[in-house]
Amino acid sequence: MAMPEKTIVDLNDVTVRFAGDSGDGMQLTGSQFTNTTAIVGNDLSTLPDFPAEIRAPAGTTYGVSGFQLHFSSSDIQTPGDAPDVLVAMNPAALKMNLHDLKPGGSIIVNVNAFDPKNLRLAEYPSNPLEDRSLNGYNVIQVPLTALTNTALEDSTLSAKEKSRCKNFFALGMMYWLYSRPVEPTLNWLKVKFKNSPDLAEANKKAMMAGYYFGENTEIFTTRYEVKPAKLSKGTYRNISGNEALAIGFITASVKSKLPLFLGSYPITPASDILHELSRHKNFDVRTFQAEDEISAITAAIGASFSGALAITTTSGPGVALKTESISLAVMTELPLVIIDVQRGGPSTGLPTKTEQSDLLQAMFGRNGEAPVVVLAPSTPADCFNMALEASRIAIKYMVPVMYLSDGYLANGSEPWKVPDPDLIPEIPVKFRTEKEGFAPYLRDENLVRPWALPGTPGLMHRIGGLEKKHITGSVSYDPENHEFMVRLRAQKVKNIENDIPDLEVWGDIDSEYLIAGWGGTFGAITEAVKRLRQRGAKLAQVHFKYLNPFPKNTGNVLKKYKKILCPELNMGQLSRILKSEFLVEVEPFNKIQGLPFKSSEIESKIESLIGVKNNGRE
Amino acid sequence: MEENKKQIQDSAFAKASADEQEQVIKYSAKDFASDQDVRWCPGCGDYSILAQMQRVSPDLGIKLENFVWISGIGCAARFPYYMNTYGFHGIHGRAPAIASGVKLNRPDLSVWVATGDGDLLSIGGNHFIHACRRNIDIKILLFNNRIYGLTKGQYSPTSEKGKKTKSTPLGSIDYPFNPLALAIGSGATFIARSLDRDAKHLQAMMKRAAEHKGTAFIEVFQNCNIFNDGAFELLTEKETKADNVLFLEHGKPMLFGKNNEKGIKLDGLNPKVININDGEFSINDIWVHDEFDPNTSRAHIISQFSEMESLPTPVGVLRQETKPTYEEEYHKQIENFKKTWGTGDLKKLLFSGNTWEVN
Repeated sequence: MAMPEKTIVDLNDVTVRFAGDSGDGMQLTGSQFTNTTAIVGNDLSTLPDFPAEIRAPAGTTYGVSGFQLHFSSSDIQTPGDAPDVLVAMNPAALKMNLHDLKPGGSIIVNVNAFDPKNLRLAEYPSNPLEDRSLNGYNVIQVPLTALTNTALEDSTLSAKEKSRCKNFFALGMMYWLYSRPVEPTLNWLKVKFKNSPDLAEANKKAMMAGYYFGENTEIFTTRYEVKPAKLSKGTYRNISGNEALAIGFITASVKSKLPLFLGSYPITPASDILHELSRHKNFDVRTFQAEDEISAITAAIGASFSGALAITTTSGPGVALKTESISLAVMTELPLVIIDVQRGGPSTGLPTKTEQSDLLQAMFGRNGEAPVVVLAPSTPADCFNMALEASRIAIKYMVPVMYLSDGYLANGSEPWKVPDPDLIPEIPVKFRTEKEGFAPYLRDENLVRPWALPGTPGLMHRIGGLEKKHITGSVSYDPENHEFMVRLRAQKVKNIENDIPDLEVWGDIDSEYLIAGWGGTFGAITEAVKRLRQRGAKLAQVHFKYLNPFPKNTGNVLKKYKKILCPELNMGQLSRILKSEFLVEVEPFNKIQGLPFKSSEIESKIESLIGVKNNGRE
Repeated sequence: MEENKKQIQDSAFAKASADEQEQVIKYSAKDFASDQDVRWCPGCGDYSILAQMQRVSPDLGIKLENFVWISGIGCAARFPYYMNTYGFHGIHGRAPAIASGVKLNRPDLSVWVATGDGDLLSIGGNHFIHACRRNIDIKILLFNNRIYGLTKGQYSPTSEKGKKTKSTPLGSIDYPFNPLALAIGSGATFIARSLDRDAKHLQAMMKRAAEHKGTAFIEVFQNCNIFNDGAFELLTEKETKADNVLFLEHGKPMLFGKNNEKGIKLDGLNPKVININDGEFSINDIWVHDEFDPNTSRAHIISQFSEMESLPTPVGVLRQETKPTYEEEYHKQIENFKKTWGTGDLKKLLFSGNTWEVN
């Protein structure tokens, strides 16, 4: 019998969410779909969302793990507000994700998982597939488990192992539905399961079965296509924030000709940086998994003292533990980058969820007057650029730099136009070797003291956490010297404003309204502003990546606007700083749910601010 | 990259002339004294430790500029200021971690830690045990005065139970750490003890520590004449020293007493004091000390002597062991990885993974 002809529909953009048990392999499925989508040439943005428990009891709502992917034939900024398609591997996954789905969206469910036990675990009083509660959605019921088992009939794998392949069946089905090639995943399977050909074969079979299921079954009448995005010319790869950050620091190490030393203690969501850097020891990367957060940073300080590009990676609770050591780096004026991949707080908080609530900690969370440079990347790929910036500033100014990434940037990914490494500028390093006139706290024109490494003849000196006498660096309790040194350290950091880009204003520069954000919310804010401007609103936008010191023109920019709206994933930390630093009115817009902004949320907030009627025009 | 790294490895001393190389051998104790006024209380045991270190250092065959002294917080932690070497006065308890970072990044340097009982065993306990566990090649000098000096007289983790101090007016109820036992348990590969008042012995221990490859730990009993005066009097005063201190020497029987008439006999797992002149026992019954005993149990028994009634306090090298150091393995891994995969190529790294072209 001839197969029914399937219609192919062109779409501009699609948001898909895969959801299942923590053990269902949803992160893997999502990242495979992402890599293939990147290769197809779509613009994309991802949002993995998983629980802190590694394997929560199967079937429960708190064990649900999700992976959202937004892909498009044009430029996009966010992982999408609401999925068009939800792939739900069990009732709990359906329950936890349904409310995000677009009205009329599609739900692909593994109908085999909707048994009485799973329905009870998900606390469904009746089966939603039968009680008409999903009316209004396009529900596609697929016996995923059964079909996977049938496909693997001949396999020697155990029943349990076979059933674990069902995510690949779902992946194959989705590849067919969105006209994606299967080859990239086939290649990946070959490498990944090099040593277990049985597993490679089973997953391949399951995926191909899913793909052909899409083609042959009458359940799917339509197939979709999302054409490649018109990105600027170049070579691209898909990259997550943590990956971009790691290779950014390797690049900084090559460009500064310094060995990269990472002192780190595992912590979610920063550990992947430690993993990534540990794989690249042929770049002379020196990773040290320390006994605790304090050892991680103090070992990095020791490495910096002896001439390495030293960094330490952690998340909010780890920064709290490192606080005293950061002060030590302030006092000893050594280059050091402290990477804080922010997560929900306080205390242990929400380890796997994102938040921007460490800004005040980064700026002020130390005893005494202890200024550090504070930087924040704005997108996953920007984590690369800001790693270079953080290294450049730390080395040039002999100063600790706080680098504020977040869970959303760290785990999210986007296409990255790979830069030509030859065009990336060198990071100059000056080690002091001349004996003549040396003093450990001598200052150059930028107020920077010399970096004199142990092993250099004639420059023996002592540094430490006690207040230092200007120039000589001897311990000093002199009241006037202390005030002088406190002001000097502050001035040194402040002067860096002359060496960073001005704040750029985008959109309608002459608007009365300015939307000001920082760090990882860039995509959501930019998307909201873009949509409103397309609808005729007049809006200006700035985004801070340099938070201490602020760009030199910040005050002048802010003062031009009648209303400033500051969306942040915290209680208003940047708002507070802008108000006190620049004496301007700022309206905070806050979300503290461990989730990134949806651009629609920011859009409605701006609408209510400017009044829907005139869209910001008089 | 290689070029700059070489500069870091060798620093500038590669350019030093033959004359300067000669000078290395001719250091005197004075060369190791910095221009800073020493600010410990008069009569403090720290003076002796500093003097012995300055005396020993010229003979270690290490260039002045290749010494790095690292400390945490406390009276002992001021030590680096008084040594004319590279120095880092860190924060409380963290000296072993700072030292680990220095040594990992620069294995060519001779890295020393000056620390006290509060610094190393209380706030810095974690770093101490992990440095020992890794066998990283740093030298740790514990100035143990069994009291908090810089904060003016609270009990420490090595103070004896029942000690009355400002913070324990009714007597402390804490059981103290035995630093030697802790070091053995943590896997340190060189473990010794000495006395601030015994200049020669202390110097010998410092030299031995310097020669050792791996974590070397020396506990120095140090008198705090302000807050815990006389804590080690029995061990340091002429009249009582011989009967209370056992000088451990490799391959020698464990004898002590004014005329070396007493010795230790190991009875199963129990050490006991016997007299070799009383007719019942001879020198052949005395336990012969073996620093290199691969079994740590016997060193552990020795470390407990001072807590056992009627047994003398052992000083000297308890045990040592040769095994690869952490920084050796660390750099070997990097070198082997480079050999297998080739030195890192930035272009390859940036363009790795699945890439696609947009034209």
